[in-house]
Amino acid sequence: MSALFALLMIIVLLLIPIIGTEVLGLNYVFGVVIPYAAIAMFLIGFVYRIVRWASSAVPFKITTTCGQQKSHPWIKSSSLEAPHNTWGVIGRMALEVLFFRSLFRNTKADLREGPKLVYGPSKWLWAAGLVFHWSFLIILLRHFRFFAEPAPFFVSGLQALDGFFQIGLPIIYLTNVAIVAAVTFLFLRRLYDPKLRYISLGSDYFALFLILSIAASGILMRYTGFRADIVDVKQLAMGLVSFHPVVPETIGVMFYIHLFFVAVLFGYFPFSKLMHMGGIFMSPTRNMANNNREERHVNPWNYPVKTHTYEEWEDEFRDVMKAAGMPLEKEK
Amino acid sequence: MHNTGKIIIGLLIFLVIAAFPIWYAVAGGKTGEMPVLEKAARGENCIIDSVLMKETHMFLLDDWRDEVVREDDRWYRSMTLDSTIEKSLTRTCLGCHASKANFCDRCHDYLAVVPYCWDCHVDPKEFE
Repeated sequence: MSALFALLMIIVLLLIPIIGTEVLGLNYVFGVVIPYAAIAMFLIGFVYRIVRWASSAVPFKITTTCGQQKSHPWIKSSSLEAPHNTWGVIGRMALEVLFFRSLFRNTKADLREGPKLVYGPSKWLWAAGLVFHWSFLIILLRHFRFFAEPAPFFVSGLQALDGFFQIGLPIIYLTNVAIVAAVTFLFLRRLYDPKLRYISLGSDYFALFLILSIAASGILMRYTGFRADIVDVKQLAMGLVSFHPVVPETIGVMFYIHLFFVAVLFGYFPFSKLMHMGGIFMSPTRNMANNNREERHVNPWNYPVKTHTYEEWEDEFRDVMKAAGMPLEKEK
Repeated sequence: MHNTGKIIIGLLIFLVIAAFPIWYAVAGGKTGEMPVLEKAARGENCIIDSVLMKETHMFLLDDWRDEVVREDDRWYRSMTLDSTIEKSLTRTCLGCHASKANFCDRCHDYLAVVPYCWDCHVDPKEFE
């Protein structure tokens, strides 16, 4: 049901640029106004969410137990699993961001015949997630040939590597195939497992469908008859980044569909689970050093507690205690 | 806000990366320049509609290559010219658009397109 709802949303979103540019002729709105609005929503929303997260209280130092904490010098500590300083934290965070290390530890629980509960490793989510994220990054970087003049140094290298096998013409990029395969897997995975299907929300499917739609519209534009004149596309893109927007007449509807889906992704980003892009850096189990034996973590909620030590207590009752013949720390 | 310094540094890094095209355009300073193509040395029309040619010439050349190399089918009926022409990059395309550097390369360089036509074909002008 939630998957169908997400699909319906995508179809509505697909119709908007088609009607908007083909019927109403609002090319300027779809080429300039909506992309600017989406980028503004993305940047402002992103910063706002991060500041909100950063403002929440951190009452505890959350230590993860997957590595030996640093203690005595003769006990070997695990500097990446349980980092005790900032460099260790940076290392753990980098591995998490680049290689999804904690997802690699993913396990699955299955009820087999018997009934018997079986636990086992589950690497498919990690593998598909890694393929998808890296493909998306490479595709995004390749797109800088449209946003920068002259094209930055990394573009031609990535294009050569990505099209290494020179299959077809225009050359089929491996990341184009990989991203479609990986996102399709991530979608089918949610449908296949009843437990997963039960916890999947419309927004889970929507994000996958949206990314798949972006990939599909881009692939259609590159490899099939829905071609756009990319010189004009670059003129539009360069107009946007230099704040002198121009809308070339010849750009076709497939480009506007692609651009609108991308704009929706950017605008939707801060409101959605996609914010894990910034949120990963805010995860307490990843960004806090396991150094609570070295440094005391003070709960910011703590108010100054009124204490009454034994010395103060003895001062208060010294005369009475002395009269009763009780032992005293200080005689006077 | 806790760890204000680190958060602000992180957000600044994010904004600088996100704004890459903007500061690259400011630093590079070539935002409005469009590729200028040399006019064909002869003839009024291209062998197909020129807008279609701009968008799909790679498909045409790919088909031509396969047809010539695999099927020995060397002749193409052009509707716009109302005549039959040879399926040849060097003789037909470069026959009118005399300079690769002033025609092909202009758009390809603009968009970082590296076609592998020139792995086999040569630009005759380069050797004169």
